[in-house]
This record gives sequence, C-alpha cells and structure tokens, in this order.
Amino acid sequence: MTSTPWLSLSIWIPILFGLVVLAFSDRHAAQVRQMALLGAVLGLAVSLPLYSGFNTQTSAMQFSEFSSWIPRFNINYHLGVDGISVLFILLNSFITVLVVLAGWESIKQRVAQYMAAFLIMSGLLNGVFAALDAMLFYVFFEATLIPMYLVIGVWGGPNRVYAAVKFFLYTLLGSLLMLVAFLYLYDKSGGSFSILDWHKLPLAMTPQILLFAAFFLAFAVKVPMWPVHTWLPDAHVEAPTGGSAVLAAILLKLGAYGFIRFSLPMLPDASHALAGFMITLSLIAVVYIGLVAIAQTDMKKLIAYSSVAHMGFVTLGFFIFNAYGVEGALVQMISHGFVSAALFLCVGVMYDRMHSRNIADYGGVVNTMPKFASLMMLFAMANCGLPATSGFVGEFMVIMGALKHNFWIGFLAATTLVFGAAYTLWMYKRVIFGAVANDHVAALKDIGAREFLVLSLLALAVLGMGVYPLPFTEVMHASVNELLKHLAASKL
Amino acid sequence: MNFTMPNLLPAYPEIFLLIMVSVILVVDLFLPQRLRDLSYALSQLTLFGCALLTLDVSFLTEGQITHTFSNMFVADLMGHALKLAAYIAVSTALVYSRAYLADRGLWKGEFFALLLFALMGMMVMISANHFLTLYLGLELLSLSLYALVALNRDSALSTEAAMKYFVLGALASGLLLYGMSMIYGATGTLDISQVAKAIATANPNKTVLTFGLVFLVSGMAFKLGVAPFHMWIPDVYHGAPTAVTLVIGSAPKLAAFAMAMRLLVNGLLDLAVDWQQMLVILSVLSMAVGNLAAIAQTNIKRMLAYSTISHMGFMLLGLLAGVVNGNWLNAADAYSAAMFYVVVYVLTTLGSFGMVMLLSRAGFEAENLDDFKGLNARSPWYAFIMLLLMFSLAGVPPTVGFYAKLSVLQPLLAADMTWLAVVAVLFSLIGAFYYLRIVKLMYFDEPIDTAPIEPSLDMSVLISANGLAVLALGILPQSLMALCYFSIKSL
Repeated sequence: MTSTPWLSLSIWIPILFGLVVLAFSDRHAAQVRQMALLGAVLGLAVSLPLYSGFNTQTSAMQFSEFSSWIPRFNINYHLGVDGISVLFILLNSFITVLVVLAGWESIKQRVAQYMAAFLIMSGLLNGVFAALDAMLFYVFFEATLIPMYLVIGVWGGPNRVYAAVKFFLYTLLGSLLMLVAFLYLYDKSGGSFSILDWHKLPLAMTPQILLFAAFFLAFAVKVPMWPVHTWLPDAHVEAPTGGSAVLAAILLKLGAYGFIRFSLPMLPDASHALAGFMITLSLIAVVYIGLVAIAQTDMKKLIAYSSVAHMGFVTLGFFIFNAYGVEGALVQMISHGFVSAALFLCVGVMYDRMHSRNIADYGGVVNTMPKFASLMMLFAMANCGLPATSGFVGEFMVIMGALKHNFWIGFLAATTLVFGAAYTLWMYKRVIFGAVANDHVAALKDIGAREFLVLSLLALAVLGMGVYPLPFTEVMHASVNELLKHLAASKL
Repeated sequence: MNFTMPNLLPAYPEIFLLIMVSVILVVDLFLPQRLRDLSYALSQLTLFGCALLTLDVSFLTEGQITHTFSNMFVADLMGHALKLAAYIAVSTALVYSRAYLADRGLWKGEFFALLLFALMGMMVMISANHFLTLYLGLELLSLSLYALVALNRDSALSTEAAMKYFVLGALASGLLLYGMSMIYGATGTLDISQVAKAIATANPNKTVLTFGLVFLVSGMAFKLGVAPFHMWIPDVYHGAPTAVTLVIGSAPKLAAFAMAMRLLVNGLLDLAVDWQQMLVILSVLSMAVGNLAAIAQTNIKRMLAYSTISHMGFMLLGLLAGVVNGNWLNAADAYSAAMFYVVVYVLTTLGSFGMVMLLSRAGFEAENLDDFKGLNARSPWYAFIMLLLMFSLAGVPPTVGFYAKLSVLQPLLAADMTWLAVVAVLFSLIGAFYYLRIVKLMYFDEPIDTAPIEPSLDMSVLISANGLAVLALGILPQSLMALCYFSIKSL
C-alpha cells in the first residue's frame, strides 16, 4: 500500500520545523515566528485528512503504518488511529497553531527555543495518540516531559523551578511504574508490545489489580485525579500562557486517554472491581475541588482547579461503563481542551497588560476591553456548562449516564453545574464587571487583531461543538462500542 | 621437553599495543615539549592499529571462541566488542584531555604511556581465561591508574586520592587473590573453564567454594565500585585531574564488566544461586547510596561519582537475572542487557566529563554545579548536548539511557523479580532529581561565569558527536543492542 503516511507526517512535520527553528538565533525573531507558524499550520493541514478520510463505520485502526523498529525487543513503529484518538490529534494540532499565535508578542526572550519547544511537543503528543506499540507510546509519553519541563522552567513565573521539578518528578514516578507494567505484559504476552495484542491477553485477577494500580499511578497523575493533583495548580500558575494552554488542553488528556487505551480494555475485570474506588475519587474531584476553586484568588489557579474538577467528570464518565458516560467523557475532554485553553489564553491576554493574575487587581475590565469581555463571557459560560456551548454536551451526557448507573452518583455529579457556575461566574463578575477598579485597568487597551483571531477561532469551536456535536460523536461511536464490548468481556 | 609455539594470532592487538607503548615511551624521551603532539598522534595511531587488528582477529577466527597460551587467553566476540569499545573510549578521552592537560602543564609522555598500559591491562582482563591472567591484567590496569591519579604531583588533593585508591585497591586485590586461592583449593585449577567443569562434575567442597566466592565477589565489587565497597570512588573522582577521572570512569568499567562475566558466568555459573543473592544486596545498596548521596553533592565530579555507583548497581541487575531456578533461557537476554548498559554508560560518562573539561580553562576548574549555571545563555549548543547527556543518565527517552534501563528491567521481569524492578525504578526516580538539577542550572538560571567557551575544533566536534550519539542511539538502538546480544550469545 502506498497511501500517504498522514500520521507520520502529523508527528514529524512539527518536530522537523521545531528543529529548524531551533537553529535560528534570537536576532531573527521575526523569521522564527513565521517559520513556527508555518510549521504549526502545516501540522494542522496534514492532520485534517485524518478526519476527512476517516471511516466512521469501523472500530478498526485506520491510517495504520507499520515498520520494524527495534527487532531485538519486538518493538515496532506501529501507528494507527481509531475514533477516539483521531480527535485528539486534531485538537492538538489546532491548539498548537493558537499557542504559537498567542506567544507571538508576549515571548521576547529565547523566542526560537520557545517556539521549538511547542512544535516538538506537538509532534510528540500526536505520537502518543497515534502509537499502537506500547513502547512507542511510552517513548512519546515520556519525551513530552522534556519540552514541558523547559517551558515551565525557562519562561515561567517566579516559582517556576519548584513547579517544573515537581511536574517532572510527579509524572516520572507514575510513568516508571507503568514501564514495569509494560514489561510485565511483554513477558506475559510472549514478547509483544502491541497494544492491540494486549487487549486480547487473558490475565488473572491479581495481576490485573496490580497492573491497574501501576497504570492508575501513571495516568491518574496526568489526569490529574484527586489526591495526586497537587502538581497541577503549581505548574499552571508558573507556566507561561502557552504552556498552561497546552498543559490543560492536551497533556491532561494523555492520562484520560491512557485509561481508555490501556486500563479499561486490557484490565476489564480489575476496572469493574475498582470502579467504586475510581468513581469515588472522581466525585471528590468534582465536588471538593469545585469548592476549592471557589476560594481561589489567583485566576490561573482557579482555572487549574476547575480543570481538575472537569477531568474528574471525565474519569467518572469512563467508570460508569455505559455509552453515554464514555462518549460524554470524550466529548467533555475535547470541549475542555477548547475551553480551558481559551480561558488560559484570556488570562494571558490580561496578564500581558497588567502583569497580575490576582482577581483583586482587576474589576470593570468590560469598560476598557469590551470585545475581550464578550469573548471571555462565552468561554466562562462554556466552562459552567451552559447549553449551546460545548461544555454542556459532555456534562449532560455524563450526568445522563451516571443517573442510569445510580441516582446518587448522578446527583453528586450534577452539583458540578452549581459549583462550576459559582466559581466561574463569580470570578468573571469580579474581574470584568463593576466599576473600573484602578488606573491600570482604566489604561487597558482592547485586544488586537491577532488576539481576536485566536480567541474567536476558539469561540467558533466552542459554539460549533455546542450547537452541533454530531461530527464529533459520530466519529467516536464505533470505537466506543468496541471499547464497551472489551469491557463487558471478562479476561479471567 | 618439546616447546610448541603458542598461537599468537588471538593476541595480536595486545602484542602490537605493547610494542607501540614501548616505542612511545622511548620516543617521547627525546621529544621537546613543543613536539609532544607527536606522542599524542602516535597514541591515537596505536589505538587505530589495535582496532584494525582486533577486527582482523575476529575476522580470521570467524567469531569463534579461540584459546591460546595454554588456555590462559581467550578471544571471543564479547572480548572483541568490549575491546573495540575500550579503544574508542580511550581515544575519546585523549582528545578531551588534550587542551585540559596542556593548560595545566600535565601534557607529558607519562600520560600516554600510563594510559596505554592501563588499556593493555583492560585488554588482558577482557581476554583472560585464567585467574592469573585476570589478576595480571587487573594489576596492570590498577597500577597505571594509581599513578595517573597522582599525575599532578603538586596537588595535595590528587596525592591523597592516589594514596586512598592505592591502599583500598591493594586491599581489594588481596580479597580477590584470597578468593581465587580458595577456589583453587576446592577445584584444583586456576583455569576458568576447568573451574566451571570441576564445579559441575567433581563435586568440590561447597563451604570452601562459597567462601572463595564471597571474597571474589567482594574484590570485584570494589573494582566495579558498588556499595558497600564504593568508598574510594567519590574521593578518587574528585581528587584526580578531570582528564584522569574521565579515564577511570569510562573504559575500566568495560573491563570490570568483562571480569564479572569471566568469573561469575564463565567460571562460577553453577553457583549462580549464591552469587545472585549477593548481587541483589550489592545492587540495591548501590542504587540507594549512589542516588541518595548524589543529591547532597555540590561538586559535579563527586555527583557523577555517586551517579557511577548507582549505575553500576543498576548494571548488576542485568547480571543477576540471568539464571532462574537453574534455567538458563534468560541468560543471553540478561547478560547482553548488562553489557549494553555498560557500553551506554561509558558513552554517556565520556560526554559528561568531557563537558566538565570543556567548561574548564587555564587556571579554572569548572567542577562545581554552579559553574553550569546559565550555560544555555552562554552557549545553547553545549547546553543542549549536556541536556541530552543528563537525560540519558536519568533514563528518559528518547535518549539511549532509557533503552539501557529498559533492557536491564526486561530480564528482571522475565525472572519474576518484579519487586526488584520496582525498587530499581523508584531509585532511578530519585536519581532523576539530580540530573534534572543540572538541566535546571543550565536553562533556568543566569550565568555567573561569562567567559566565552572556546574549545578546539577536534574537541568540539567530538563532544557534539558524543552527545548526538546518545540521541541517535536512543532513536535507533537496534544496532548496538543486537551487537551486544550477538556477542554474548556466542559465549
């Protein structure tokens, strides 16, 4: 077969551009930015055929590429996407374009390294979602840590070193145990790292539970689930705007993606046995972290906690094991990718002007930045799940699924609508509405064309997905059914 | 009595090296300081010649195991591969050391002669098939290294390090000899293959044998530098001139690995149950001591010294997973993993100490961690190279250090020693912290020292190649893995 290797292109084009950009010195900042944008747009362009050529009727892996990589351990360069992963590749390529645009002016130091870090990270993330070989997955999964560590540490806020190291070590802890789990499965499957082979591998209950624990540590840290979420607020607060956006929009999804690619289909019996535990943790994230978010005085921290709460919704959707729940969770992941990226970019817009993230320093921004205020209004509404925004679709589906599963779980999950509204709208009110709080706010300039473009692209995505979610859900349908079939079949 | 000429072919590289060292030693006497580079060129030429001869030997023997000198000397694929790696390591060390030693007035003939004699010792160790040959090689290596450590004789620190190294090294040699004599007592032979045969068939006295084994393993542990026999490492690494630290930290590890293979695997495989337990303790202790103590260091040479201890501990994991319940199926996997680990470790160490020397200049030793501050602002390229090296030591993909860890962990899991694998990864998590700290210093902090970094062309090309090799082998590790596997498989 000589079809175009779209997946490889979507991985390697951004990385290649990242390396080229890296070769420039900072004297050529303008060229660096254009080159980076070109790379990001090309990256998006080569991932579009993945959607347009996608066959929604089958749950099989599409756009497969296979070549031997390390025969010594039977590790292969095996790529492919199903209805679940293809959406994340698109989301990632899209967000990368926005991040490059968002860092256009606000990054003045080491522009080349900044842009290169994001481009390389984008390629690596596409690799994570496309990998069908566990070791390939692991290599991409771990490699993303390096650029993110540098992004937080080099361009971050005052406490950046602490946040960067915490981020790195926290994630490494989980993934090292996952590596041991991979090697265990390699041994048990008679020398295969193929994820699809592992889906069929029978396993006894005890190994399933232990493997589940190893995967849980790796993925729960990434999601992040309560109580291993504490790295996230630090990382978000200290990271530069682009870093926060990618972190919230894509990196957190790696954890949730790991659950559906590894834990659920490979360890169905352990998943069922531990569902209560997972649901409890998810509900704590939704309710408790929702309350924590209300009390925040730092905008970025507030959005970070709101991310934890929303991701709690995602894991809840997975572990109630019905189509509503899983599809809702996936929609929620995509939607959260748009909304959280948008909110972080909004905070970035204000931070570029005021150099403060404190809610108390703001007030009455609507008087000086009306265009910005109305766009941010939309994202705030989406964050609390208003109908006709993308936030509503996923939350509604998960709550429906949870109600079917158990009334009280559904009831507790639904409180997110209250808490979400409370923390988001209260923050929005304090920052945007009211009288002009101080001279700095009075001196604010409304967003320029570039910022407007970035935010309105996101606004279109949020609205489009909210009004007409079918293009997203129909892609994932077959794959979700396949996943549920795997889950229903015991492997004991 | 008739005397038959032994087959010299397998020992051609050693013979050539000996001749050349003697030539260099004499020629150098008549050279004025400004022509010292001639000795350097001769040394590099010698290494090149050795490499060609080793390739030639492996070609002529068709990769078969060939014994000579009444079975005292063996030439096999593992030996050839390790020797080639040692030539590359020594040659690289020579390039890295050139400017550094010249700046300090240590660019003298002794350095070449001692270095090449040390290499000779390593080669004899690698090819030893007899306790005596092994011991001779080891002593030749050690004595050369003792002298090298004291190369800068006016430095109190170096002299102290050399004394410590010598006293402890002599003690370890004593332990080793004692162990060998006990095994001789039990089996009646010093020939390693005969020892293996005697243990398998002649049912020797188990108590004596086990005692001998304990001494042997202790002596070996000292040479490898694993806890609790690691005390000399930080002091020697710190005290020796960095060029010598680079030598000690790189190629001799290959020889020490060969020694472990010859003694434990070729000779005492039937006692695997006993020595595997010892290695478990040594390995876990080393990973604990190495990784925890490294965190507290402010001197990069000491930090890398503790990092060596932990890495050698990790390497032992590969050696101890080979035989499970008398089943050898795992052996080739496990031992080739350990070999891969050592080779990768040597490659990365060369680069790391090379960077330390790159940042040093006349009258200035870049040996504190703070000297790495803001390297990214001073030179993004070298910061990037160091970043690759550090992530490789930490075992983060896509660098080759990750595959080294992976290949060692895989046989552990296959041998049902999952708990040991978990312990190992937890310690490497701790280890990641101090490698990350170097990256942090280079990228997140502002430079203190703003002197320009102007290495010579050969140094700059080689260290870049070294760093990129860590990345390239990380993206395509198959060739090196297969080479290790192939050469161990043939044992």
